[in-house]
Amino acid sequence: MIRAKRICKSFGTKEVLSGIDMDIGDGKIFGLLGPSGAGKTTLIKIITGQLACDKGEIAVFGKDVAELTGADKKQIGIMMDDHGVYERLSCSDNLKIFADIYSVPHSRISEALAQVGLTGSAKKPAMKLSKGMRARLRLARVLMISPKILFLDEPTSGLDPMTMKYIHKLIIEHKNKGCTIFLTTHNMEEATALCDEVALLNEGKIVERGAPDQICRRYNHQKKINLHLTTGEDVELAHESASAREIEKLMELGKIETIHSSEPTLETVFIELTGRRFETDEEARYA
Amino acid sequence: MRNIGIIFKKQIKDTFKNKTVLIQFVMFPAMTLIMEHCINIPDMPEFFFTKLFAIMYMGMAPLTSVASIIAEEKEKNTLRVLMMANVKPWEYLMGVGLYVWTLCMAGAGVMATGIPAENTPFFLTVMAAGFAVSIVMGACIGIFSANQMVATSLFMPVMLVLSFTPLLALFNDKIEKVAGIFYTQQLRLLLNQMSFDGIKTETVLVVVVNAALAIGLFFAAFRKKGLE
Repeated sequence: MIRAKRICKSFGTKEVLSGIDMDIGDGKIFGLLGPSGAGKTTLIKIITGQLACDKGEIAVFGKDVAELTGADKKQIGIMMDDHGVYERLSCSDNLKIFADIYSVPHSRISEALAQVGLTGSAKKPAMKLSKGMRARLRLARVLMISPKILFLDEPTSGLDPMTMKYIHKLIIEHKNKGCTIFLTTHNMEEATALCDEVALLNEGKIVERGAPDQICRRYNHQKKINLHLTTGEDVELAHESASAREIEKLMELGKIETIHSSEPTLETVFIELTGRRFETDEEARYA
Repeated sequence: MRNIGIIFKKQIKDTFKNKTVLIQFVMFPAMTLIMEHCINIPDMPEFFFTKLFAIMYMGMAPLTSVASIIAEEKEKNTLRVLMMANVKPWEYLMGVGLYVWTLCMAGAGVMATGIPAENTPFFLTVMAAGFAVSIVMGACIGIFSANQMVATSLFMPVMLVLSFTPLLALFNDKIEKVAGIFYTQQLRLLLNQMSFDGIKTETVLVVVVNAALAIGLFFAAFRKKGLE
């Protein structure tokens, strides 16, 4: 569905993307993970034809991105972090504009608003919506057109956990309908929960890729089991048969309060690979 | 063509909720009606307020509204959403331009209610030409501005020059000579004659040169900045 080969992009002397390769299959959720400034948004802009790359080839729907027709583009939904809504217009009027542009029947407007839980705010001007509701309106705008490919740039950035869960549910629903989703995020839990495949992007290079659980298993060097005992003591055991007997003994004595294996998270893998941690846009701004 | 209609419709809806833009379209026609009916000074030229406000309307409303609309869309990043929905830049600009031109013409129609019916076609033709040039100038400013604040600081001086020099030219000969290079002053002179027969080559030339300059600037700005 989306194929990129050796994508390079520089702004002045700064190389933002350096030899990016990717191949995203139909109906998959692909997550591009990286800290702020890693080049995630630039890559989306290149793939969606908003920005030209310096080197490399990109194919979407099997066609060079520059050769996409108007009809092809209408099958692509893009929700960027900074995309605005028409503040003075109501939610339904906001969607009506795009329903007309994409030739979507107006009946889809109320369906899309219901999908994102904004039915009660259909007549409310967008300026009166909270940040979370506004994000849901932006999502409704792209979901309404039932795209074949959906680009979501930090879709849950700065949102409350409830809205975040709601948006995750919608993303999975669309994946189940066969939509290919390209997602950028710096939220590891989000990536682990949603993505079939992730790529870790750092300073314009993909440093690791694969299914989230595969990546985590690949970097599970420590292989430890951590126990927290009822006495308040923390015990670390090696991941081997000898430890099983010790755990069994502690269990029989009812001394174990919690027990965890020590697989790394995507964040710890990223730290191991790059020596830096993911930071949110807000953190980067105030750093 | 469909997208032009969609942009036009969107703007119409937005106008009724955007008082700052709405007031620009309503203010001069309303003031014209009020002043023409309420003020009567002996020896005052015929339809003095209609002609005066018509020129101010022409120099202000289309210029400021087009520039503000484009700059706001850029600032709020809604223009990018439209472009990504495969709305072509020319479709967007045509939609906004047509919308502003239509509303301004409606305002000019209201202003024309005070003048004799036989002069109405001439009055509306002059106004239509003036609005078109101002819209192109407003589009130049809108394209060049990253946000509304920049747009305001750019259109303010242009608007003041275009709409007030014809007024000041009434009181000062030197200003009148300088004002002659602007289309608004030339169109004011045309409105004074109120007849297709009295159109001078010089007037047409100045308006055409102004329009050509505006179009040239528009393409230069578009080439440099696009609609991003």
